[in-house]
Amino acid sequence: MNTELLRFTTAGSVDDGKSTLIGRLLYDSKSIYQDQYEQIERVSAKRGEEGVNLALLTDGLKSEREQGITIDVAYRYFSTPKRKFIIADTPGHIQYTRNMVTGASTANVALVLIDARHGVVEQTKRHAIIASLLQIPHLLVCINKMDLVDYSQAKYDKIQDDFEQFAAKLDVKDVSFIPISALNGDNVVNRSEKMDWYEGSTLMYYLENVHIASDHNFIDTRLPIQTVIRPYSDEFHDYRGYAGRIAGGSFKVGDKVVALPSGFSSEVTRIVGASGDQELAYPPQSVTLLLKDDIDISRGDMIVRENNQPEVGQDIDLMICWFDDKKPLMPRGKYALKHTTQDVRCIIKEVRYKLDINTLSRDQEDKEIKMNDIGRIQIRTTKPLFTDAYRTNRVTGSVIIIDEGTNNTVAAGMVI
Amino acid sequence: MNYQIDHIRELESESIFIMREVAAQFENPVLMFSGGKDSILMVYLAYKAFYPAKIPFSLLHVDTGHNFPETLKYRDELVAKFGAKLVIGSVQDAIDKGMVTEEKGFNASRNGLQTTALLEALEKGKYDAALGGARRDEEKARAKERFFSHRDEFGQWDPKNQRPELWNLFNGRKHMGEHFRVFPISNWTELDVWQYLALEDIPLPSLYFAHEREVFKRDGTLLADCEYIQKRPDEEVFTQMVRCRTIGDMTCTGVWESNATTVEDIIQEIATTRMTERGGRTDDKRSETSMEDRKKLGYF
Ligand SMILES: Nc1nc2c(ncn2[C@@H]2O[C@H](COP(=O)(O)OP(=O)(O)OP(=O)(O)O)[C@@H](O)[C@H]2O)c(=O)[nH]1
Ligand SMILES: [Mg+2]
Repeated sequence: MNTELLRFTTAGSVDDGKSTLIGRLLYDSKSIYQDQYEQIERVSAKRGEEGVNLALLTDGLKSEREQGITIDVAYRYFSTPKRKFIIADTPGHIQYTRNMVTGASTANVALVLIDARHGVVEQTKRHAIIASLLQIPHLLVCINKMDLVDYSQAKYDKIQDDFEQFAAKLDVKDVSFIPISALNGDNVVNRSEKMDWYEGSTLMYYLENVHIASDHNFIDTRLPIQTVIRPYSDEFHDYRGYAGRIAGGSFKVGDKVVALPSGFSSEVTRIVGASGDQELAYPPQSVTLLLKDDIDISRGDMIVRENNQPEVGQDIDLMICWFDDKKPLMPRGKYALKHTTQDVRCIIKEVRYKLDINTLSRDQEDKEIKMNDIGRIQIRTTKPLFTDAYRTNRVTGSVIIIDEGTNNTVAAGMVI
Repeated sequence: MNYQIDHIRELESESIFIMREVAAQFENPVLMFSGGKDSILMVYLAYKAFYPAKIPFSLLHVDTGHNFPETLKYRDELVAKFGAKLVIGSVQDAIDKGMVTEEKGFNASRNGLQTTALLEALEKGKYDAALGGARRDEEKARAKERFFSHRDEFGQWDPKNQRPELWNLFNGRKHMGEHFRVFPISNWTELDVWQYLALEDIPLPSLYFAHEREVFKRDGTLLADCEYIQKRPDEEVFTQMVRCRTIGDMTCTGVWESNATTVEDIIQEIATTRMTERGGRTDDKRSETSMEDRKKLGYF
């Protein structure tokens, strides 16, 4: 039962075959139930499709089936003896980029699909940029629909070159390439017989073996407090526990710790985890810490180590991806902001630049940030936040920006 | 130092995190309790999340009046064990008040009527968040759910326009009259649930284990013979070893031929089965998008 969990997401432009690929992966790995298969078989026949449309396994909404596109992320699950997988199949359509970011924000691996006929297009670049901003550790570029280009190695090589040239300017650590046909299953679970020029692994082999050096930060000790547990019962009269999910580093019983923002220090006397008391706690465990001294700590505070503290400040630089389709980012505008377990307000102090998706150059003239734009901004918050750079910690380095009128989440932000 | 945790413990931790967010972000959350294994799991996770304090949510059972007797017995014992508060939303009441009309005929079920009773119970209790044990692997519309799922003032879900949900930052802000459905065990599969129930040695209603029961067959599904379902003349009752894979009310829960009498047997059975657990739910079979249609209106 002790299996590793790998979360992966699809990415790439509309119709490049993401959902078909997930369907094919599930089908060829025998992870589809018979009644599910019969259901999509019936629907495909009713729609007059030639074969069974495997994309219907994830495109489950009525409007998705009507339009033949993915609108929102579908989550699917499967496991092999080696690993357990959580798949987020995301939409390629530009209008739904926010849903792609939703699926990608928790992934360890992104499968970037490219239609071999069209090569690298703007939306491929946008998704690759988002994957790099989100610091997804591994990108696997799947050059799809090889059946439509006669399984041509030249086509494949050209697209690989193009992507590599573009990715050289991005902050991505590990990029691999694979030629596939999602429709026919070439190199998905089974090796293709049509592309003997390709000597790399199949998609399944990659997913089972890619080294996911843990995504968590085990160095910088952080516990954002979600809630304080006070039983108010005779039995646990003086119990006061600080509950949260470890966001970095590790805590041991006996450790000297500091609470932010108060700066008071104390010592960990007990760690209560899901299975009772434990000596040691690390990400992503949910625990309750008990301290030696009765100090004032509440939701939004953070428990850290004396000699390793996050940045404490109100002026924060962020890379953001903007989602709101109605309103652009308002310079000097005020928004609500969430960071770990803190809720604050913020003002947009400055838009430093907007990123040109195609050239990756920084546009300092046109700084209007509209839906799907990516840019760098500076904000000032009403209260200090306790942050780390997103590069070093995805939990303490991420924020969401919320429109106070609509309550919608309008941007994802990454601390620089 | 090995800092790895296995996937079951990772899922457990994620669910506890979400329950604590709900307690912190909402004023009056409630846990929807159906009596099935997923809601039982939810209660045990809630207990762990706030231990040694009491579970800070009431349990809301939307009672169709057509329950398996075992369900009610188990529910009452569980409520007593955790000292929780039980709130009942009654479909019979909604029928009596003329808010909904009972379906007639052979496939009549109160499943669809539950939505009205649920929304009324949420409104009456002024609950601003309802925790549910729905899982994304159950059904294709559920595969699209967020952890924090926003509902408008009519309790409706708009699947084409869900809020983005990034990392573990859950936006529970809402306007007056709106509420949230929250699904802490979204990422668990049926097998994960059973492995966890086994690991934690959690007692379960007897319905989940193979037992002899009077059943009949309809549209390829076995249904328990009971006073709430009208049988067609050609539908013959026979005795069979069966168990439930999901528990809804008696009118829509199919039973499965099975000899699995222990949790270990069940895990073995699920690991090898070729059918989804909701394959036996007649409520899902009504149309291609029956779950989505019901969810949009405010179903669980
Ligand atoms: N010939 C061929 N067609 C393919 C292949 N993969 C996908 N398709 C077709 O391409 C079309 C789009 O496939 P989808 O899987 O829906 O594409 P998608 O990337 O999920 O699209 P969005 O989610 O809307 O962005 C469908 O008609 C597929 O049958 C392939 O390998 N070869
Ligand atoms: Mg798709």
